[in-house]
Amino acid sequence: MLSDWTLWLEWFIKALVVTLALLTGFAYLTWYERRALARIQSRIGPNRAGPFGLLQPIADAVKLIFKEELTPGRADKFVFFWAPVITLVPSIIIAAVIPWGTAFNFFGRTVTLYVANLNVGVLYLMSIASIAVYGIVLAGWSSNNKYAMLGGLRSSAQMISYELSLGFSFATSIVLANSMSMLDIVDAQKGLWFVVVQPVGAVILWIATLAEVNRAPFDMPEAEQELTAGYHSEYSGMKFALFFMAEYQKMIVVSAILATTYFGGFLGPFVGQYPLLGPVYLFIKVVVLLGVMIWVRATWPRIRYDRLMSFGWKIMLPLSLAITFITATGILLAQELNNQMYFWAIPVVSTIIGLFTVVFVYRTLRRLPYERA
Amino acid sequence: MSVLDPLVELVRGLFTSGKMMFEKPVTFQYPEQKREVRPRFRGRHVLKRYDNGLEKCIGCSLCAAACPADAIFVEASENTDEKRFSPGERYASTYEINMLRCIYCGYCEDACPTEAIVLGDNYELSFYDRRSAIYTKENLLESVPATAMLTPQKVDAGVFTRSVPEMEDPRD
Repeated sequence: MLSDWTLWLEWFIKALVVTLALLTGFAYLTWYERRALARIQSRIGPNRAGPFGLLQPIADAVKLIFKEELTPGRADKFVFFWAPVITLVPSIIIAAVIPWGTAFNFFGRTVTLYVANLNVGVLYLMSIASIAVYGIVLAGWSSNNKYAMLGGLRSSAQMISYELSLGFSFATSIVLANSMSMLDIVDAQKGLWFVVVQPVGAVILWIATLAEVNRAPFDMPEAEQELTAGYHSEYSGMKFALFFMAEYQKMIVVSAILATTYFGGFLGPFVGQYPLLGPVYLFIKVVVLLGVMIWVRATWPRIRYDRLMSFGWKIMLPLSLAITFITATGILLAQELNNQMYFWAIPVVSTIIGLFTVVFVYRTLRRLPYERA
Repeated sequence: MSVLDPLVELVRGLFTSGKMMFEKPVTFQYPEQKREVRPRFRGRHVLKRYDNGLEKCIGCSLCAAACPADAIFVEASENTDEKRFSPGERYASTYEINMLRCIYCGYCEDACPTEAIVLGDNYELSFYDRRSAIYTKENLLESVPATAMLTPQKVDAGVFTRSVPEMEDPRD
């Protein structure tokens, strides 16, 4: 099978398409974000370069390419050079397991609309997502700048804290789908999106991914007021552009993951008859989720660092653990006792627990200052 | 404060910023669309003239003395009735303002005894080199409707002897 050169060609073309889609997606995500933020702030945003400012990303790219690149005098040159690459590569290859459709007939040849259908797709996602943090830490460390260093360390601490709840909320959808393959997870949502069965899990995954890609309100590693620009303080020109690219591509990818694991992925009306509608539905879902991310960035203030940590460990982790337990128990009871009532208890009980968590947060916030440890 | 406040407040915040999305942007599309300046806006200086075209500036250098940024340079010369630039004895033969130094405080305007220098409404001051940042008398002087009103003028002797005109109480 591997000697079939057309298969190699198909893989190559699909990988190229995914990569190019992410690269253009990154460029237009910056445009999207700037326009949306501007509208929220009663401005217009970039509208000069081309119609609606659509050529703005190209202008920005040209500017970044021609900018001078500085390397700090006592930086570790080798690591300094490779850190942006280490950050960027995972953000691209992570997209390999995201299915954006089933398969369609291309002149008598069945072409699948995904690069790889790994049977451990979610595990792949988890592992690749955590590799990206190496780039950030190494960038912070090799810059020979204490602010960059602190930014890198914050980033790694944050990622480790939120990785756990991320994993548990993935586990919830794995349990619901009874498979770790992304394609099977999407297939399992044919009747019902997992966000209906497990709304709290979707919220946890969303919060954890925000923390994972260092987006507002969890953008502590890049807190301008505290750390100048965080881990990329010393980077300029194209090296900075790589970090920027990695961050925005990760945004796209985590939105796609969230859409796939909880919001039905490429599923939508008539997708069964016309598989090519799949990418369209996934695109729409990703755009909506990205819009929410931008909206949140425009609204919520950055959370304090110790609060960020205690929120991750004391609230997100127990909650996601409880959610996974409830989901698994509900499914098991529904199977063993053959009663769908137990299955429908999952969203009810998890929502109650989620609201209980909110009450817990409220109580900690209301504690008087002298009572705080 | 209710128990679900942490959630409610976050959603309220989102609602507030989401509402803003439907408001009209306040942006002016600048080069095409310009905003009216306020009546007391302090922009680029203008050297004013009397109705008959004579310059109000009499070259007294009080503006230069009042200038905290030392941006103004004035050189005075003698008027004659054959070649009259301004009423009275003297006129400003050189009048330069360095726009890179000017802080648009308007002290020159206050110091002027003849209300000759006024901060106008032009704020589009950009230059490619330092030399063009120095605005000379030609740049600053108000234009005239007819060429006959240009200075120097040939006038009857003994008419324009008083440098500082009779003025009403200042308004605005």
